[in-house]
Amino acid sequence: MSWINLNALWKIVVFGLIAGAGLPAIFAAGMFSLSRGPRTAQTAGADSDVLVGGSVVGMAVAVLCFLVVLAAIGWGVYEVYQIGHPATHK
Amino acid sequence: MGNDTVLVLVVITALGFDFTNGFHDTGNAMATSIATGALPPRIAVAVSGVLNFVGAFLSLAVAATIASGLVDTKLVTLTVVAAGLTGGIIWNLLTWLFGIPSSSSHALIGGVIGSTMAASGGSAVLWHGLVSKVIIPAVMSPVIAALVAAAGTWSLYRISRSMTSAARGHGFRIGQIGSACMVSLAHGTNDAQKTMGVITLALIANGTLAAKSNAPFWVILACALAISIGTYVGGWRVIRTLGKGLVEIESPQGMAAESSSAAIILLSSSFGYSLSTTHVATGSIIGTGLGKKGAEVRWNVAGRMATAWLFTLPSAALVGAAAYGLAYGIGGTAGVLVDLILLAALCGLIYYRSRSTKVDHKNVNAEWGGTVAPVEPEPAAA
Repeated sequence: MSWINLNALWKIVVFGLIAGAGLPAIFAAGMFSLSRGPRTAQTAGADSDVLVGGSVVGMAVAVLCFLVVLAAIGWGVYEVYQIGHPATHK
Repeated sequence: MGNDTVLVLVVITALGFDFTNGFHDTGNAMATSIATGALPPRIAVAVSGVLNFVGAFLSLAVAATIASGLVDTKLVTLTVVAAGLTGGIIWNLLTWLFGIPSSSSHALIGGVIGSTMAASGGSAVLWHGLVSKVIIPAVMSPVIAALVAAAGTWSLYRISRSMTSAARGHGFRIGQIGSACMVSLAHGTNDAQKTMGVITLALIANGTLAAKSNAPFWVILACALAISIGTYVGGWRVIRTLGKGLVEIESPQGMAAESSSAAIILLSSSFGYSLSTTHVATGSIIGTGLGKKGAEVRWNVAGRMATAWLFTLPSAALVGAAAYGLAYGIGGTAGVLVDLILLAALCGLIYYRSRSTKVDHKNVNAEWGGTVAPVEPEPAAA
């Protein structure tokens, strides 16, 4: 019997990086994309906290990013449910 | 061989532990959101409570580890489980009093192992299961969480570097609400199951359930309720240490920390590792300090926590063993009763002590002055 389950370990590290760092990065990319457009810092002021820049392409990319994040979370939770309730139901 | 009076007492005590687990760990999910102002404190604990409830139903892998993977179920009696719970609860409350986010899981597991050893010796403990499913994950998980959080923090700042800092703060505060919710969900999935495991262990010990059984539905429901109520009550002292004491947190860091914690906890739960959500959350918060240039990690606070972590398993085990000795000495139902009455008295005492340096939703975000309770009472602080 081994003390460390290497198979579980690499999965936790790799999927941890994808879900734990990758998904927030996609969220950030969506946010960045959303902020592009005419209403950037120059027009709205350097201390503006306005998030929507007004570019149509930017908004479309942003929506896509946010959908990817939501879909990934939904799929991940579904997988956890599947693994956590083995087929041998009582 | 069953003793239903004792069984009922044990189940109540276990749910009590679940409650303390909830309020001890609210901070893991919500500390950073509260610290950055992403969510108002009271809303944060309410949302977290609901998601803990949902999370408890998500997976059963960890409950199986606790119920069948740590101690020899044939040698476990109800008295052993009761004494183990006593050890876990006492250690949990003591660390809460000092505002140290130590591991509720280790407190529980330590307590059960201590009382098992006191009852039947070291051979009743499944050491391989303990080391491979509890101790090694305890060492590795904060490191992995810190790594993921550092990578996340670095990329979040990198991607958003051309945005104004106000807009960036605004955006990531919204993101944080999502990531904090995922941590609460993950917490329910991992931590509520520990109590389910212990109650299942008690039911097996009492002969009510066959060995290797899964947790029955009423156990899942009761544990989900207990942990979500505990979460709602909120462990403001620990929230404060995590949110203000360790690193000063900005919202991108908060989001990175929470995403990392949620991902690591959910992944590990589904492999049946009963890891400590506390260790993971702390690792993540330190990671966000490492991933941002110029951020400062208060290593002395981190060191104090690590020390408490080292002591958690053995200390809870000692209390568990002592509680078993007492209950065994008196014998039977009376022995278990004496244990639980002493436990209740001690809880009352600790609660009374905590009133003198109160931390609640009003002063949870006061400036960090090196102590858990804010140095000066700030009546109007939000």
